Amino acid sequence: MNDRLLVGTRKGLFELRRTRGAWSIAGTSFLGDPISMLLPDPRDGMLYVAQALGHFGVKLQRSRDNGSTWQEVPAPAFPKSEADGPSLSYIFCLETGGADQPGWVWCGAIPGALFLSKDHGESWSLNESLWNVPERKEWMGGGFDQAGVASICVDPRNSDHVTVGVSTGGVWMTEDGGANWRASADGMYAEYYPPPRNLAPEVQDVHRLVQCPSAPDTMWVQHHNGVFRSTDGARSWQEISTIRPAKFGFAVAAHPKDPDTAWFVPGVKDECRIPVDARLAVARTRDGARSFEVLTDGLPQSHAYDLVYRHGLAVDETGACLAMGSTTGHLYASDNAGNNWSLVAGHLPPISCVRFG
Amino acid sequence: MARVAFTANLQRHLSCPVQNALGQTVRAVLDHVFASHPRLRSYILDDQDRVRRHVAIYVNGDRVTDRDRLTDPVGADDEVFVFQALSGG
Repeated sequence: MNDRLLVGTRKGLFELRRTRGAWSIAGTSFLGDPISMLLPDPRDGMLYVAQALGHFGVKLQRSRDNGSTWQEVPAPAFPKSEADGPSLSYIFCLETGGADQPGWVWCGAIPGALFLSKDHGESWSLNESLWNVPERKEWMGGGFDQAGVASICVDPRNSDHVTVGVSTGGVWMTEDGGANWRASADGMYAEYYPPPRNLAPEVQDVHRLVQCPSAPDTMWVQHHNGVFRSTDGARSWQEISTIRPAKFGFAVAAHPKDPDTAWFVPGVKDECRIPVDARLAVARTRDGARSFEVLTDGLPQSHAYDLVYRHGLAVDETGACLAMGSTTGHLYASDNAGNNWSLVAGHLPPISCVRFG
Repeated sequence: MARVAFTANLQRHLSCPVQNALGQTVRAVLDHVFASHPRLRSYILDDQDRVRRHVAIYVNGDRVTDRDRLTDPVGADDEVFVFQALSGG
């Protein structure tokens, strides 16, 4: 079990440690600054933290000593262009490259773009191929003013096989390290789009895309208007109608070993983004989405208005420990796959991302 | 040389003392500052070298109007102030 939990919030980074089974806050960094994303890199122990400074732009911090000291490294930036060119407004996700790519880090951004560093974040390059797909003109903001690359999945079997989720812009896949991309959202539909455009892959609002590390052909999506699963590496998607208590949500976590197990945190609906009946619940399937259990033990069941964002739900490498951070600053943890939860911290700033490691 | 000063809020993130800088436009003055403080650039300007949306620059008492190309003139005895605009919560 992993005994470190990192929590990025609207007002700083929190590090929690578990001793004798109990989590507690062991340290803070960047208090007062919005943290949009964090990435502990298990390959080399590096820790990356993305700040979204309200006035002074996106910044990227890196630590080689578990957060004791930090070094600012250049944030990804768009190439200079003639007029009205793009500028990075948010780092939406950070993921490591493959085990055979030491120092490689992928970055998903708003506006919807993918960047790659091959040198531990010292320098970044825009993936021009994805940026230039013609369908990008159909991408649009999903919760932000502009579209964002919210999810990156690097296939453990082949580091050149990368699948990204765009909110709003569908699922995109490369099998040659990012030289060429193709849309991979067949089977998804968008309730918020008129037919027949509702079936177009590039209009799908993929809130979050995750992959089962031990069975990478199994992928899960929490979409704006439903939950989808693929068992063929995103080539086709099937809607999961068994999800309950609702099909709306942002977060999903895939079990690291069992492709039939995943967790979601449903909310009522897009126009009412609160837990159903104001009772916070986690939906878990352990049979490949044939059925779901609604897990509530230890979670608030009266007047709870927690919303868990895209990166606010994490599972450790064993599949037993879960952590979940909400917009109301509550951090919950479970050490038995979600059967029981406990409140770890109740007065944090709004939580954007949670990660073990 | 113009005198260039920065909001104290920037000091939380990096060192940016008051300094004197050569140049006849806001762009030239800032480029002179960035030459010795390269990290400062991305805090003031965006990826396209425009003034960040929530940053305001004044020359003496006048707010800079050309936020994209920074062509507003700066005199040798002028004072350039870089502030943060109010935002957030």
